[in-house]
Amino acid sequence: MTPNRLRKLKEWFIEKAILLSGVFSVVFVLLIFLFLLREGFSLFRGESVGDFLFGKSWYPISDPPRFGILPLIMGSLLVTLGAAAISVPIGIAAALFIAEIAPRRLKEGLKAGIELLAAIPSVVIGFIGMITLGPWIKNLFHIPTGLTALTGSVTLAFMAMPTIVSIAEDAITAVPRQYREAAVAMGATKWQTTWRIVARAARPGMVAAVMLGIGRVIGETMAVMMVTGNAAMIPSSILQPVRTLTATIAAEMGESVQGGAHYAALFAIGIVLFIITFLINGVADIYLHRSRR
Amino acid sequence: MAKKRWVIPGALFCLAAFLVQGGCSRENRQASSLQIKGSDTMVNLGQAWAEAFMKKAPSVSVAVTGGGSGTGIAALLSKTCDIAELSRELKPEEIAMAKEKGFDPKQITVALDGLAVVVHPANPLSQLTMEQLADIFSGRVTNWKEIGGSDLPIVVLSREVNSGTHVYFKEHVLRGGDKESQAEFAANALMLPSSQAIADEVDQNPGAVGYYGMGYISPREKALAVAKDAASPYVQPTIDNVVSQAYPISRPLLMVTRGQPQGLVADFLGFVLSPEGQKIVVEIDFVPVKKI
Repeated sequence: MTPNRLRKLKEWFIEKAILLSGVFSVVFVLLIFLFLLREGFSLFRGESVGDFLFGKSWYPISDPPRFGILPLIMGSLLVTLGAAAISVPIGIAAALFIAEIAPRRLKEGLKAGIELLAAIPSVVIGFIGMITLGPWIKNLFHIPTGLTALTGSVTLAFMAMPTIVSIAEDAITAVPRQYREAAVAMGATKWQTTWRIVARAARPGMVAAVMLGIGRVIGETMAVMMVTGNAAMIPSSILQPVRTLTATIAAEMGESVQGGAHYAALFAIGIVLFIITFLINGVADIYLHRSRR
Repeated sequence: MAKKRWVIPGALFCLAAFLVQGGCSRENRQASSLQIKGSDTMVNLGQAWAEAFMKKAPSVSVAVTGGGSGTGIAALLSKTCDIAELSRELKPEEIAMAKEKGFDPKQITVALDGLAVVVHPANPLSQLTMEQLADIFSGRVTNWKEIGGSDLPIVVLSREVNSGTHVYFKEHVLRGGDKESQAEFAANALMLPSSQAIADEVDQNPGAVGYYGMGYISPREKALAVAKDAASPYVQPTIDNVVSQAYPISRPLLMVTRGQPQGLVADFLGFVLSPEGQKIVVEIDFVPVKKI
């Protein structure tokens, strides 16, 4: 065998191995989804989809059990929207500052710091939220307990921030230099260039950053379970305790009888979560592709 | 996109985790080892028994893990453990599933646990009846002043539904042992993941009320004296009162085996029920099955 053919063979193998890895990752996702469907669907033999999605009470271990996840969906949405309201403005502003304004030294320091924030385990963030943030919020608003949706939102905002900042910063840095030069040549000030030209050109990337940040928030479990109080009621304000979809699965899976209705209901919640994150990631992907055009 | 970079290592990790897990469970099934799994309430107790037992029989290894009573019974059914620890009695469907798998689950009471109802030390109340507790925890009473306390909204704390403690409290306090009752925890009750989390919240919240095993009682929380009804005396949650059954909220802690215990399982249970084993129960702040 000539060295040339050997090299070709090697290349062929590497190529196929990479292809296989790629295919596998998709297959895994499909298998997970099929598994969720198989385990979750048995719930709908005794329960209508409408009762499940829009039922107002979640008493899974009572007799007869009630599997209404509307309070859980509302809980997840409230915490997520709250976290987005906090982390998106701060995250985007931080990304603009790092990419456009900060001097080089500061920029490197800030980037490293934000990446470090992503490395803190969620249980640690949850612990800090429970011990320090909860009592503080309780005293600030004079409410009976500090374990509320707002506490969850603030805690999760910290976890979404690294994702938002780093992806938005990439998008801003990717804006061609000529745009900035053209803007300055037209007599725009630094602020006008940053806000009207660069931020606008990077908008699809920023939307993607926000969506991925939100995806992280809605799937987060541990921190949320520790700080939101987990009361399964439909919240009327952000200062009330809520129970999220993820915390419900984590808290109850250990006790549910395998193969029973409760077990199936938890898997059905998994399906709902999967669909939500799938939609969010889908939107993010669409915007990312638009930004690459 | 950063996400895609992690796909290959991620897939490899999953595969590795899968293989490792398969390997471990096979290793643990040696003849002279004992797997105990179940109730989080009982983990420390089980661990103490295991250590004392292994000191007496050095060739045996006993491993104790938690996860909740339901996790324990699930493991017993799938034969990944030899003894399940439960802080509640078996549910009828669990017994049925065991029979389906071909064995009759044997429940043995190995210790008792009193559940203390605790409030912040600043709370002026120090005693309540069972009926008042049911009113508070099911949300019929929402302010302390309605039952003679200060004007403060009540913050109800409960364990999560994966906890045997939660189930016991609902059946015996909220429903008063009445099987027909439909009483539930108040929808706005905070569900906390551990007894320690309940203690932490009670420590810093003057309006809070929660429950946990009496081993957790500390000076930073005030345990209430409880009366069966308005005519009965109020009783403090102490070991003596639980043994004499004067304290109304106490429950058995169980070990469940596949069929009649045999061999090592029987040896271990024998040790647990011996005076030496029951002394360990007291050391871990639970209540022995019989007076020692």
